[in-house]
Amino acid sequence: MCDTCGCNVTEGNRNLIETGGKHAKTSEGNEAVEVLQNLLHENNHRAAHNREHFDKHQVLAINLMSSPGSGKTALLEATIDALNTIRINTNDKLSIAVIEGDLETENDAQRIRDRNTPAIQITTGSACHLDAYMVHDALHELDLDNLDIIFIENVGNLVCPASFDLGHHLNVTLLSVTEGDDKPAKYPVMFRGSNLTLITKADLLPFLDDFDVSKAEKNIRNLANPAPVFQISARKSNDSSLEKQGINEWIEWLKQQIKQYKTHLKLGETVLPMIQKDHLHNSSHPHEH
Amino acid sequence: MHELSICQSIIEQVTEISRQNNARIVTKIYIQIGPLSGVEALLLEHAFPVASAGSIAQNAILEIQILPIKIHCNICGNENTADISKLICSACGAWQTSLISGDEMLLKSVELEKFEEKSNV
Ligand SMILES: Nc1nc2c(ncn2[C@@H]2O[C@H](COP(=O)(O)OP(=O)(O)OP(=O)(O)O)[C@@H](O)[C@H]2O)c(=O)[nH]1
Ligand SMILES: [Mg+2]
Ligand SMILES: [Zn+2]
Ligand SMILES: [Zn+2]
Repeated sequence: MCDTCGCNVTEGNRNLIETGGKHAKTSEGNEAVEVLQNLLHENNHRAAHNREHFDKHQVLAINLMSSPGSGKTALLEATIDALNTIRINTNDKLSIAVIEGDLETENDAQRIRDRNTPAIQITTGSACHLDAYMVHDALHELDLDNLDIIFIENVGNLVCPASFDLGHHLNVTLLSVTEGDDKPAKYPVMFRGSNLTLITKADLLPFLDDFDVSKAEKNIRNLANPAPVFQISARKSNDSSLEKQGINEWIEWLKQQIKQYKTHLKLGETVLPMIQKDHLHNSSHPHEH
Repeated sequence: MHELSICQSIIEQVTEISRQNNARIVTKIYIQIGPLSGVEALLLEHAFPVASAGSIAQNAILEIQILPIKIHCNICGNENTADISKLICSACGAWQTSLISGDEMLLKSVELEKFEEKSNV
């Protein structure tokens, strides 16, 4: 189907491809075969198929990643509540569904279902990340018609999920204020690929003297990532007249992303998460399957 | 430890390549990774024997080449190498850079021992 599709040709290895023949003999008389495939070639193909699936139904898929307990599920709960309020007040309806990845337990999916929102739980057992196959299986349990956004809550882990394309369109990474503002520098692979970083549990900022939001942002810029950084809290403010901090900005961002996504679809294009982009820029030939 | 999943994926790929090339065993697997791929060479090496056990690549040598991080400055056009957590231009200090290389995770080539040819192993 696509033995050497060139999806991994970068400046760093282009010369190898242009010089070497495909087959050669080694000094021991063995056969050397040039391959030049991504180490996760099969996963990436499955991911591309998932993306086609999403695009056919015009559903924006967002991969939510963070350390364990940074507030991914709480963010989803607050998002559902905010969307409900918007629907009641303005009749402006956004439909979402959630795919929950966890090592064990159905807890997170149940928290979403308790808010009358469809949720599929994937329990990964020992796997510390979701892959495109797991997401594909979950997709078959979901009705994609009439959905605007699918959130995929990845396994809480700042390392492994970053390497796996799920077929989603956008990466959103959460960094809770209790984790420290140096985390983007310590987990560069994850934060380099974020289309949006949410500084979560911002309601706790007044109690912490060592989390500097501008430092966190600077560490993200040091990864050459221009994506926005928002502060957000899933907790209701003590002053009940106030909105939950940052939620409106987040919802506006989501609406903007849906708009841009649909514009791309109209042009016959899709949207690729930040991590995958550099590969595309460096790959000059069309990708056929 | 996603390196185990990655090793399993490598074994699947080389098994398929061996089948296509009518090979008896895989003797060597060449891999290139960049630090920004999120794949750790050491963890890959540790996971490889586990993932390859009983496969056609069971006795293969895994050769890993680490590629440097290279960036291009979108402001001044300079090209330089960079640290994994500081992808900034060494000439003008701008953070608006593009990655030229350093996030590769590539199965570059494999060496196979074929069925038809008698070889001295
Ligand atoms: N103060 C405060 N606490 C929060 C906020 N969001 C989440 N929490 C708390 O943080 C803890 C973890 O929240 P979860 O939403 O379960 O985090 P998660 O990222 O989904 O966790 P895993 O799925 O296990 O990785 C819970 O005790 C939440 O109540 C917030 O905005 N403010
Ligand atoms: Mg959760
Ligand atoms: Zn391909
Ligand atoms: Zn510069």
